Amino acid sequence: MTADQLSQSEPARRRVIEILLGGGLLASFASFIYPVLRYLVPPAVADLGGDEVVAAKLTDLKPNSGKIFRFGSRPGLLIMNSDGTYHALSATCTHLGCTVQYRSDLHEIWCPCHNGIYDLNGRNISGPPPRPLDVFDVHLRGDEIVVSRKREA
Amino acid sequence: MFATIRHWLDTRFDWDDLTAPLRHKTVPTHRLSYWYFLGGITLFLFLIQVLTGILLLLYYRPGANEAFESVQYIMTRVRFGWLIRSIHSWSANLMIFTAFAHMFSVLFLKAYRKPRELTWVSGVLLLFLVMGFGFSGYLLPWNTLAFFATTVGTAIAGQVPIVGKPMMIFLRGGPGVTGATLTRFFGFHVAVLPGIATVLILLHLMLVQLLGMSVPSKLEVQWTADPSLKQEMKFFPNFLLRELMAWYLALGVLGVLAALFPWNLGVKADPFASAPAGIKPEWYFLFMFQTLKLIPSKVWFIDGEVLGVLAFGLVGLLWILLPFFESDEPSHVKRWITGIAVFALAYIAGMSVYGLLAK
Repeated sequence: MTADQLSQSEPARRRVIEILLGGGLLASFASFIYPVLRYLVPPAVADLGGDEVVAAKLTDLKPNSGKIFRFGSRPGLLIMNSDGTYHALSATCTHLGCTVQYRSDLHEIWCPCHNGIYDLNGRNISGPPPRPLDVFDVHLRGDEIVVSRKREA
Repeated sequence: MFATIRHWLDTRFDWDDLTAPLRHKTVPTHRLSYWYFLGGITLFLFLIQVLTGILLLLYYRPGANEAFESVQYIMTRVRFGWLIRSIHSWSANLMIFTAFAHMFSVLFLKAYRKPRELTWVSGVLLLFLVMGFGFSGYLLPWNTLAFFATTVGTAIAGQVPIVGKPMMIFLRGGPGVTGATLTRFFGFHVAVLPGIATVLILLHLMLVQLLGMSVPSKLEVQWTADPSLKQEMKFFPNFLLRELMAWYLALGVLGVLAALFPWNLGVKADPFASAPAGIKPEWYFLFMFQTLKLIPSKVWFIDGEVLGVLAFGLVGLLWILLPFFESDEPSHVKRWITGIAVFALAYIAGMSVYGLLAK
């Protein structure tokens, strides 16, 4: 290589050094930022309770009334109809996540936040809710009312 | 595009005038110039403390029933939580170390001389503040060591005649160390002290900016006699880039320490358990702790501990006022102040090692 060629390759070498140095710095900054970003995401809360929960005792509910119970980390709504049958649904409104309640005067499920209304099967029949409520299975075990997730057939 | 933004700022705020001091600022270069980095590194570690402190606040819960569990949660459940907490602890210790080193470098280079007396005063106050950060932050994980360190530390403050007792009650939020103390220390650590520190740091930096960098007295005499000898580099970008390299290196050291030697959590504090054997304060309080242990319980008619606390209070006050004992003339700097500096360094280092080794 002549002296002339050497001096011509000088800027190119400098460029390589710059890329290596800059790339190394950027990579190290990425390694500083990554743990911080991961740290910011809260760890998932373990959904305790599994698939089945005792929602109430038989004596807890009067006909034509509702009760909120804990289903894992979320609220559920247990309703005793006038004829003595039970309905259990997710109590989280599908609109913006408020907790719904049973309206004994309407025989319907009502969300007070934006006046959303569901029927007893959880279908959204009025107001803003976009989807029906999740429906749970109810069965009796002794004097306990047991609510479980619906098993897909 | 940058030119457009700059022009926009310039026509509104006289940007060029505002940034002129930064562009004209110079840093003297001589064989001791490296000591100029220490203040900047301390500032960098403080910034790390602010950042990691805010991150810890996302999950930390003060209160005797929750504090330990929340730190445990940070260290075991939150991803990289152990790293963030470890960096916060290590950076705190390194910051106190670099702050001490910065202070002694200023002392030996005689940078506290006229006109920089107030820079020294604000700096010493910042050092006391940083130790306050260390003391209050140490309690927050609510473990056994922290509980007894706080009990002993606040009891020492309680030894001061007349004001001691009320001060101790104020610090503890009651006669003993309880959850109320934790709530208070949390408030001091994340609100009161950071507020004061921000103001003091701004003042300290403004003074450094206003007065420029000091030159060792011998060199100052030479450079004044023959200005052609003067050597300096531009602050921006020459010195700043070097400083940033030092920061990057500090971050590397911090990362290695935090990853290889993660900070322990210890055992949850139990106010009704006995103090564990060999209990000691953090290393930066050790020289005072050891001194208090060595003073006899009665000196003449004064209580030994009271005497020790009063002596440290007096020394601390004189330490703040140190520059005012120095001569204004660089050619007549006082040798005895250097002597005191050597003695102080030897005393702090010696007593710390003694305290570390003592049973």
